Amino acid sequence: MTDIKRVCIVGAGAIGSLFVGHLGTIVETTVLVRREEHARDLNDNGMRITGKSDLTAQVTASTNPADLGDIDLVILATKTTAVEASMKTLAGHFPNATIMMVQNGLGCERVVRQYGEWPIISGLTFMSGVRRSDSHVDYELDTPSWIGPWDEDAERPGYPFIVQVEGLINRCGLICEAYQDLGPVQWSKLIFNSAVNAIGAVTDTPHVPCYADTDEISDLGNLVRDMMAEGVAIARAKGIELNSDPWEMNCRAVSQGGSHGSEEYAHVTSMLGDVRNKSYTEVDWITGSIVRVARELGVPAPYHETLYRLVKAIEKGWSMEGSAH
Amino acid sequence: MRVCIIGCGAIGSLFGAHLGRLDDIEVWAYDPYKPHVDAINENGLTLTGESNFTARINARSDASEIPPCEFGIIAAKTLHTRSAMEAVAPIFTDGAVCSVQNGVGSEEIIAEYVPRVIMGTTFPAGHITGPGVCNHDTKGLSQIGPFDGKPASQEESDQLAEALTRGGMETISTTDPRGPMWTKVIFNCASNGIAALTRLPHGIAAEQLRPLMSRVAQEGIAVAEALGVVLEKNPEDMINDSIPVAYTHKPSMLQDVLAQRVTEIDAINGGVASIGERIGVPCPVNRTIADLVKGLEHSWTLED
Repeated sequence: MTDIKRVCIVGAGAIGSLFVGHLGTIVETTVLVRREEHARDLNDNGMRITGKSDLTAQVTASTNPADLGDIDLVILATKTTAVEASMKTLAGHFPNATIMMVQNGLGCERVVRQYGEWPIISGLTFMSGVRRSDSHVDYELDTPSWIGPWDEDAERPGYPFIVQVEGLINRCGLICEAYQDLGPVQWSKLIFNSAVNAIGAVTDTPHVPCYADTDEISDLGNLVRDMMAEGVAIARAKGIELNSDPWEMNCRAVSQGGSHGSEEYAHVTSMLGDVRNKSYTEVDWITGSIVRVARELGVPAPYHETLYRLVKAIEKGWSMEGSAH
Repeated sequence: MRVCIIGCGAIGSLFGAHLGRLDDIEVWAYDPYKPHVDAINENGLTLTGESNFTARINARSDASEIPPCEFGIIAAKTLHTRSAMEAVAPIFTDGAVCSVQNGVGSEEIIAEYVPRVIMGTTFPAGHITGPGVCNHDTKGLSQIGPFDGKPASQEESDQLAEALTRGGMETISTTDPRGPMWTKVIFNCASNGIAALTRLPHGIAAEQLRPLMSRVAQEGIAVAEALGVVLEKNPEDMINDSIPVAYTHKPSMLQDVLAQRVTEIDAINGGVASIGERIGVPCPVNRTIADLVKGLEHSWTLED
């Protein structure tokens, strides 16, 4: 039995599209998008998934939440940098919904809360896809999404509902794992992502084996390891016991990838891709969120602060005259 | 008196040409770049910009063709210090070599090859505009003095400073050259690495990242204090004063990064961090910046 009759996916980039297509085969699925032609394409053609799945789902899409009726579960699938804009659109709608997050990093829940009192499920996802068009996405990595209570409002919607969401997502062909306490897995991934993304963005270096090199004092692995150790200390000060060691995650990831990359491993991290395209990164929610927590706790964070400041200054440089970009 | 310039790039050319104007000094220059050497031997070494003259000096790409010299002035990029000193060591079996290079750590390497060392800090700037020609961009003071690890005599330092000043490169001989050297390197730590990593010119980088520049400078100040060095100026004031003057100036390390040339980071942020770590003054921000610049250099070797 499920209490989830109608879902709405907000944002249909690669991750959002994967939820739309898969959930669309088992539950009434709606999509809130930003562009009219995107909505029209989805209403006319449905969402097609290829790659690890092969299916097409009929869905209802609109740019206006008022068109989408009553919703039990919202999956907010925009990038961190678009959460605020999406929530402005959602404010005042879907009074019976619970909102599930899948953003990178930390802290988007607080943005959601500014716009309404919906119960919130924290989450993060490791799956990946490549958009072929507005209504077609390739499902590439069938790795899980992790969900759990938001630690700042853990009573709502309550763990039994979160388990229902887990079941729904698993039934539709994606992989989901629910945790009573998301902190240990979330922070392991956060610390890993913070170092690998920010260092990659500043050094223009994809995630390749030099991230694990520590033989020479100037090898990049030393910085990666020191920055991750700082992140672990901040997590510990916050009372979080990690479920896996970020440094080991790093060494494992680069050893799987090989020096020139493999299909299974995304070497060009999202922040590096953003910097190369000169589009604003998610650094505020990744490295920046660790800096904020460190400040709240009064714990020093020289590595995270330095990397955070450098990425912010690089972003600033794109719009400034006289910079060398 | 015979002087050999070691590394005849922009700074080496400024020193060599000014000394070459003096009748009582025989100037030699060692540089591996053959077209520059050939042009100097054929047409002399020409300065333009703030200076405007041509000096007759002897240049060689093969150090074994250079006779023994009383003084050397090394102006090579810091990453070439060891290879340059290996080549020229026989010239200075009884000579004193003065470094006018950027950053820290060169004097220790020089001391492995020659009997006496002079530590120098220099502010003039220039750039090579073609073989045998260097533009003198800005004038500035140089300060030199015996390097405490393997010192030349004070008289030697005085003698070299006197010759340089007489040739037109204003130089002061001091008993403790570490003050000027650390003052300059701390400023360079704050300006060069951050500009290189953000691709922002000095003043703009300072506006965006003033607190980070302060942390870099404060780590350097703590190392200098632990070494007993008295700084000439407060590096924080130097940063503030430099913002309007050098607002759109691209520090040399930013120029290196834009051209994908290996930088002098090991002698600047990396050099200060290494000394700090050795004497128990941690420099995490300088170390981070050094590691990031090394990572950036490494990225140029990766295939797409």
